[in-house]
Amino acid sequence: MRRLSIFLAPLVLIAALILIWEIACRVLNVPIYLLPPPSAIGAALQANAPALLVSALNTLVMAIEALVAAAVLAIPLALASSLSPIVGRAISPIAVVLQVTPVVAIAPLVVIWAGLDHPERAITALAAIVAFFPIYSGAVTGLRSADPDLERLFDLYGATRRQRLIRLRIPAAAPFALEGIKVAAGLAVIGAVVAEFVAGSGGAQGLAWRILEAGNRLRTAEMFAALFVLGALGAGLNAAFQLGERALLKTWRGR
Amino acid sequence: MPEVVPKPIAALTVVEVDYGGRLALGPFDLALQPGEIVSLVGPSGCGKSTALRLLAGLEAPTRGAVRRTPGRGETAVVFQAPTLMPWASALANAALPLDLAGVSRAEARERAMAALERVGLGAAASLKPAQLSGGMAMRVSLARALVTHPRLLLLDEPFAALDEITRRRLADDVLALWAETKPAIVFVTHNVEEAVYMASRVVVMSPGPGRTAGETVVEDPLPRPERFRTSEAFRLAVEKVSADLDRAMNGGERAA
Repeated sequence: MRRLSIFLAPLVLIAALILIWEIACRVLNVPIYLLPPPSAIGAALQANAPALLVSALNTLVMAIEALVAAAVLAIPLALASSLSPIVGRAISPIAVVLQVTPVVAIAPLVVIWAGLDHPERAITALAAIVAFFPIYSGAVTGLRSADPDLERLFDLYGATRRQRLIRLRIPAAAPFALEGIKVAAGLAVIGAVVAEFVAGSGGAQGLAWRILEAGNRLRTAEMFAALFVLGALGAGLNAAFQLGERALLKTWRGR
Repeated sequence: MPEVVPKPIAALTVVEVDYGGRLALGPFDLALQPGEIVSLVGPSGCGKSTALRLLAGLEAPTRGAVRRTPGRGETAVVFQAPTLMPWASALANAALPLDLAGVSRAEARERAMAALERVGLGAAASLKPAQLSGGMAMRVSLARALVTHPRLLLLDEPFAALDEITRRRLADDVLALWAETKPAIVFVTHNVEEAVYMASRVVVMSPGPGRTAGETVVEDPLPRPERFRTSEAFRLAVEKVSADLDRAMNGGERAA
């Protein structure tokens, strides 16, 4: 009973808010370009479903590509900085600068570099920059997270650096890296959308472009529809990574 | 007297250890004969664990000398926590020292299985640490320590986190295991009864910097006979160690 109410509570709240929204729009006669009622958004969603789905898929593909690129870059760098403190020292300020610089600010530059004909490359690269830091810092933290007494045990039995890395540090880092990848997945979607806004071109045909386009034409219901799809995409991706993380952690610690 | 005793397996000679410029241990002497069990008792922070790390060769003394005869793999340590790899099965955990020594995978598994069976965990070989109870995890830790047939076994408050029933059972099991291969054991604890029960010699340490504040020889046979805990000899030894400990604590306060 309690579990059911926990499950239902957010749904009930959302339904109530939508109902209030619908009634308010009708009663107050809000202009449709200012705030369309949920029914109009639903209609827009239905009418534009094919285009929205294609755009969502484009955004998703760019975000996933960015995530993979970020992981491929971040994990070896984290390993390198775990093996050599000098490398870690060298990387860390650059990583921090990349992290604290807003992606919007770097975007125009990357768009120029990628060439105006390939906005999708720029978007993927920018999303990868955003996704890099959580994976890198998660992996670095994880590689340092091994139990100090276990480290002592490895000393006691004369473990080589290689053995220590493969048998102790990498397995100990796995949960941290997984968490980093999960956070990075969410950020990659955000990065892909923000970058597409800045690129300001329809070349990539992502969700941000749908929002921009609908906004320029004052089709507010379509904007909401695209926003809705974007929210669903983010939430779905997050849920998928959450499930994946949980399953992997379960095999990692056996429970 | 040092001339008549056989060559110790490990010895600390007037060792001192500074941590951040403060003397944490010493001057402290301890010579350990092959096959001997010595308990180190003292209040928290008296440097018991530091003495153990010196004996293990995991740390070097600031001053003084550490002599150790066991080679690589002949020293084993059991910590206060089981200190298992959470991602690895009990079997893989017990096999770790052999894996690190380059023993073939099959042989390492076989010997680890034998070690798990010795501590009564043969059936739990495939479980991971999170699936084990505290006592079982400690047994895996013990199996890992025994898998190399060490000549020197260092136990750093291994039962501290366990309940009374479990720790008594484990104490008997450790003594039974000791009887099979007779490694020299140093058993660190802050529990006087446990110290007397486990060892033929109990060394009491004073609060930091840790020094020897008394030594008690427990003559009775090891492993302990049944009802040893209620015997007169046990009671007298516990009283003597307690008196040493009291003196060490009060002496320490007066000196401070």
